[in-house]
Amino acid sequence: MTLRSPVVLDTEVIVTGVPQSRRRRQLRRTAESYAFLSPTIILLFVLMIIPIVMVIGYSLQDRAIIGKNHEFVGLDNYVSVLTNPDFWNATSNTVIFTVVSVVAHLIIGLGFALMLNSTLIGAVPRAIFRGLYVLPWLFTVAVIAVLWRMLLAPNGVINFLLNSDIEWLASPQLALGTVTFINIWAGYPFFMVSLLAGLQGIPSDLYEAAVVDGAGPVQRFWNVTVPQLRPIIVSLVLLDLIWTSQQFALIWMTTGGGPINVTEVLSTFTYKLAFAKYDFSQAATSAVLVLLMSMVLAVFYVRHQKARD
Amino acid sequence: MTRAGQGHSKALKIAGAMTAVASVLMVAGCSGGSSDGASGDAGGDVTIEFAQWWEPELPDGEFRALIDTFEDENPGITVDLVSGPYASTKEQLFAGAASGTMPDVVGLDGAWVNDFASQGVIANLTDLMADADYDDSQLASQIQVDGGTYMIPVVNFVYPMFTNDDLLSQAGVSAPPSTRTEFADAAQKVSALGGDVSGWVLPLSLEAPNGVQNDVMSWVWASGGSMLKDGQPDLTNDDVASAADYIQGLWDDGVIASGSFTMKEQDKVEEFTNGRVGMMIDSLAHINLIRETNPDLKFSISAIPADDGYDGERGIPYASWGIGVAENSEHKDAAFKLVQFLMSEDTNSELSTMANAFPGNTESVPGFVEDDELFKTAFDIYKAGYPANEFTGLPVAEELMRQFGEQFQSALDGQQSMEDALKKAQDSWVAEF
Repeated sequence: MTLRSPVVLDTEVIVTGVPQSRRRRQLRRTAESYAFLSPTIILLFVLMIIPIVMVIGYSLQDRAIIGKNHEFVGLDNYVSVLTNPDFWNATSNTVIFTVVSVVAHLIIGLGFALMLNSTLIGAVPRAIFRGLYVLPWLFTVAVIAVLWRMLLAPNGVINFLLNSDIEWLASPQLALGTVTFINIWAGYPFFMVSLLAGLQGIPSDLYEAAVVDGAGPVQRFWNVTVPQLRPIIVSLVLLDLIWTSQQFALIWMTTGGGPINVTEVLSTFTYKLAFAKYDFSQAATSAVLVLLMSMVLAVFYVRHQKARD
Repeated sequence: MTRAGQGHSKALKIAGAMTAVASVLMVAGCSGGSSDGASGDAGGDVTIEFAQWWEPELPDGEFRALIDTFEDENPGITVDLVSGPYASTKEQLFAGAASGTMPDVVGLDGAWVNDFASQGVIANLTDLMADADYDDSQLASQIQVDGGTYMIPVVNFVYPMFTNDDLLSQAGVSAPPSTRTEFADAAQKVSALGGDVSGWVLPLSLEAPNGVQNDVMSWVWASGGSMLKDGQPDLTNDDVASAADYIQGLWDDGVIASGSFTMKEQDKVEEFTNGRVGMMIDSLAHINLIRETNPDLKFSISAIPADDGYDGERGIPYASWGIGVAENSEHKDAAFKLVQFLMSEDTNSELSTMANAFPGNTESVPGFVEDDELFKTAFDIYKAGYPANEFTGLPVAEELMRQFGEQFQSALDGQQSMEDALKKAQDSWVAEF
């Protein structure tokens, strides 16, 4: 008996009974697949690709949107934004804010995940604590900003409990740290939940083998847990870096980029250019620069995902 | 490459080509768009749109009833009210300005006028007034850019000084201060009461920087000073320098409530309402709010203190509900009729009463001044002085306030001298003009 490659029956063949040429069948199959994808592709195109291309276009024009005569000025806007010291101040604040937030998210998230995964607590306390630890994630950014502004007000609850009158959000020295703290509080549950899922996926025989080999708890952590969690950790860190660097609402609603400009980050810098100075060209330029910086991270993320496959 | 792979890369090429074509079309066509602000019927009936944030801030149904009166008096004109909160109205107007679809009549804030006027999207009301033979002597003020009026304030919310009578009397101050020396003295005595009580509160948040207008520049205007010269910035003159140094003095004396650098207007009102602050400069619009939140609070209204020895007219800061007409409107005459109606003596009185504000028509008298002592005092202060807000009509007014605020904060924090702060603010303002 000869081996024949299986023929997938084409819908058109079944319906009309007329066999089609291989090339025509191939084309139809491809067209069908893309037709099924088309609603999503069209939506993505209209809501993402077109606005991004428009913004890139604005960054190459002078007096975009508000001026009657747009002039194509090439890279002038890029030069003026990149030579603006406020841009670099915003960049350095963004880097500090993002890196500290992500590192703290990782440490706290991992710590809580290990606690929740431990065999030392019963099922009921575990469920209660899991609920409690996830709570910060359930609030939207606006609510978090308002709540923490009230808590940290000079006459607010925190100062009452600490019996002090520290200006947490209004002091130029403390404001960036305070805003970073609020962001850490708001974001650690994402890491915790993902890492907990990862921990529960680690086969227990690895731990048993480690114990047999004489590994203590710390060694087990570094040599079994962390390597097994590495793919998840890398994904989480890259995603969180991208998301935190774009954080706008939290900082805008707590300090507005102030006092003076100690909490100015790239997102508030771009917002002010667009909606306070109405300089949409420069704002588009700043936005494109942020896009480029995020794309570097995104490239690493995609390569990491592909490597896993 | 397999056939599937060929199909894949072919599809990618098609998708890429489509993106390129679409983006070219988008970028080329984004400045187009015809106006579509109103519609007209064959029989001479017109419908005009009026975008504002007033209806939601007034008691239910009262504003619509007022507009219905206008429609009765002008058969053939129908008014479509497009209402929303203040912030979203501003965004909608900017979007409408960019796309050429602004509503015929627009509620305006003085801070937006210059930017809209320079874009050419709001009509020159001086011309419309001339076309309609309108007598503008009854208008309390008109906001002008380059000699043409672009906005008429319909009602004004003034910012006098509020004083907590209980705190002042506890501190041994018998009457609200009326000069700067008296104010500094009263503030120190109130702060000396200890606890979490302060003499004064100064909101300098950079997110909503109107504290610069209402709480800092108001000291300049209350003594008849100005931050402009011939319409250009003049922040280094004696009036501004003396007010800035005065506030620096108050800061160094420690009489200002903590949290200034990120405090917003609503936080200021809260501090005052909770009895933690002796004196504040605030909008009359908050009187009812304070009364509702803390009925036991005894407070009074007075004029902002002026420089010792100054006895001229005191400028009182104000925010107004202003009105303008869109340049792309096809029914400018009908639109201006609505403006005339809202500025007429009786309607203006009615609107001011509804809004608890002061009228933009010099002859109107709001109803509440008859019954309410506090409002009567405020109205007398308003009539005795002049509405002063030099930020209205300036380009990127909010950004100017923010730039000044940043330098001012830096000086108060001791990072630079007040003189340098004013000079830097002056330089950055000049760059915007």
